[in-house]
Amino acid sequence: MNTPAYNFAYLDEQTKRMIRRAILKAIAIPGYQVPFASREMPMPYGWGTGGVQVTAAILGPSDVLKVIDQGSDDTTNAISIRKFFEKTAHVATTTRTQEATLIQTRHRIPEAQLHGGQILVYQVPIPEPLRYLEPRETETRRMHALAEYGLMHVKLYEDIARFGHIATSYAYPVRVNDRYVMDPSPTPKFDNPKMDHCPALQLFGAGREKRIYAIPPFTSVVSLDFEDHPFTRYRFDAPCALCAAEDSYLDEIVTDDRGGRMFVCSDTDYCESRQKLGHRGSERVAPHRGGAHG
Amino acid sequence: MAEAVTTTSLTAEDRPLLIAERLGKNYGRITACREVSFELYPGEVLAIVGESGSGKSTLLQLLSGQLAPSAGRVSYRMRDGVMRDLAALGEAERRFLFRTDWGYVHQDPAMGLRMAVSAGANVGERLMAIGWNHYGRIRDTAATWLERVEIDLARIDDAPRTYSGGMRQRLQIARNLVTEPRLVFMDEPTGGLDVSVQARLLDLMRNLVSELNLAAIVVTHDLAVARLLSHRIMVMKGGLVIEQGLTDQVLDDPSEPYTQLLVSSILPA
Amino acid sequence: MTAMIDISNAEKSFIMHLQGGIALPVVRGVSFQVNAGECVVLAGPSGAGKSSILKMIYGNYRFDSGRIGIRHGDGVLDLASAAPRQILKLRRDGIGYVSQFLRAVPRVASLDVVAEPLIEQGVARDIARGRAGDLLRRLNIKEALWRLPPSTFSGGEQQRVNIARGFLAQRPILLLDEPTASLDAVNRAVVVDLIQENKRAGVAMLAIVHDDEVRRRIADRIVDVTSFAAAA
Repeated sequence: MNTPAYNFAYLDEQTKRMIRRAILKAIAIPGYQVPFASREMPMPYGWGTGGVQVTAAILGPSDVLKVIDQGSDDTTNAISIRKFFEKTAHVATTTRTQEATLIQTRHRIPEAQLHGGQILVYQVPIPEPLRYLEPRETETRRMHALAEYGLMHVKLYEDIARFGHIATSYAYPVRVNDRYVMDPSPTPKFDNPKMDHCPALQLFGAGREKRIYAIPPFTSVVSLDFEDHPFTRYRFDAPCALCAAEDSYLDEIVTDDRGGRMFVCSDTDYCESRQKLGHRGSERVAPHRGGAHG
Repeated sequence: MAEAVTTTSLTAEDRPLLIAERLGKNYGRITACREVSFELYPGEVLAIVGESGSGKSTLLQLLSGQLAPSAGRVSYRMRDGVMRDLAALGEAERRFLFRTDWGYVHQDPAMGLRMAVSAGANVGERLMAIGWNHYGRIRDTAATWLERVEIDLARIDDAPRTYSGGMRQRLQIARNLVTEPRLVFMDEPTGGLDVSVQARLLDLMRNLVSELNLAAIVVTHDLAVARLLSHRIMVMKGGLVIEQGLTDQVLDDPSEPYTQLLVSSILPA
Repeated sequence: MTAMIDISNAEKSFIMHLQGGIALPVVRGVSFQVNAGECVVLAGPSGAGKSSILKMIYGNYRFDSGRIGIRHGDGVLDLASAAPRQILKLRRDGIGYVSQFLRAVPRVASLDVVAEPLIEQGVARDIARGRAGDLLRRLNIKEALWRLPPSTFSGGEQQRVNIARGFLAQRPILLLDEPTASLDAVNRAVVVDLIQENKRAGVAMLAIVHDDEVRRRIADRIVDVTSFAAAA
């Protein structure tokens, strides 16, 4: 038998300490990117190593973990990360948002209202909101330090000049606690309002870029905009095909090779919960749906 | 005779805007410039001329606070009237100054522009940096300035990557002037441009400087540019100021041997 | 009468460093005064230093010793010790200069060349251009030429643009270097009238004029420059 013995949640305790210190700093300075010594994880960069390290550092034996990828509990990445923590921490896992104490997510915020005591951990590819406008790290650090955010508005201006409206539809920059401008990770801008005064703690981990940032509960998070081009949420034309929800973010699912498609909730747990309560959309059964995980 | 006369207040004009006192910079044993002293008043254009290696570019960097002096100091009168030593300003203050009350026109416009961002955004950036939050107003102000530097308004949404050299330089000027600075630094502003383009640019700069009552410090190796643009001139050689005074006087009645050499070296048109 | 221009014992030489440092004396012992409302004419052979004296008074040439005092506002400006900005201010409000040859900024329309000194004094652009046009018309420059830069004009036309530029902004002192040199009789008469008008308005004028007839009509005093010629 050569099965290696892992420390609880894979990371050694010293590393967890280091990450927790970074998290505490991040919570103390909402929206500020704290550098941390990102460890080598058993998955490549770009697959959520930042989020996994944050989760690993704060996970406890009594936690109930939910992992979603683009809102779904049963995509490959969600499943593999959930299995990773099941194996290395033997924690309870769930797909029910309301039952989870710790939710790791890639690129979506759950539709269900989060409550106090929950922690939402985001996987972040590029933490620096100004990166594509100003490639120099030395310069962006100065800009954050001096709150020089004119450049951010330049990006929004460009969108309006080119497209007539602010065309950023995901990773929409926000101003946290009236101070730091932050990239909320590639969540759709539809989700931005959920971040504002959220009762849960929001943590953000970027493994490759080696940054952690945080939004404490009940912190103001305002999406950047212009007075004459205010921030608007995306509105879909029709409700979810399965549960008829009108207020959730929808995925487009291709149903056949003749151009058939339908729009269903991206948040699978939300959709299933509504269906259990009797809500029905125009379609009966979603294609290729596996059984719920316990 | 009664007429519509607008005069700027004498008291403001009588106080120097920028004072350099025994300014010097050396790198180890190499002296880039030394013992430079002068006072610049509002609305005055000072040309710093010299050949390469004269120290004029280093001097410009010192005067604009981008290099710390090895000796002496530079003081600037802020908008509230208080004279401040540039070296004593905090970084935030200096950067703010650089974006609002000062302009800096680089020889290569690509250094002073965001090449991948539209002209309108280039001009509007300084406004957004000081808190302007209304897209329509930002765009209108940018458009006004583009007109003022004679850039076709139809190009407002084009990136300067698509502009010619002369247009880029004019855009750089607009970008600098949008916050109505009182002092503009220019480093060989017409260098590298075709002669006809240079001419047009110089005319524009001349008009803007006089309309806006700008003070300017222009580094150039071209005496014709100095004669056209500046009221006062400083001739540098080997890091020292060889001669300084009224531009027409220094160029028409040069006293120092080096100045006489420079003036006589100009090829007649 | 308090003098508007007061030169006493001014001396100047050119040191030609490129020619081995030889000294070229220009003038020495220059002393005279010009009062408000009078026109003093500098007389003497060419090369005697007349234009140089004008340039020294305008601050365009330095001088090596002596004193040049210019009445400006309430006080007297000592040119030897004046700061550049004081001389710039003097030129804007206190002294006008019609040089022998028009040295205009290229590509600027002649109307704007003429109007510029008035605009610098603070007059609104359209008013200044209107007055510039009036003066150009008086000097017989056709309106069609106003949009053009003067570099393409004839010598006489350029000189008239130069004169208009010098006379347009009202300044208490005027320096005139051969104002009628390239002009025909008609325009000479116009310039003489302009000079008389300004004299009556109290302007102090110092002029270099070769034409005997013009000199006779405008000069209140003649200062012979040969006595200032520096020994060779």
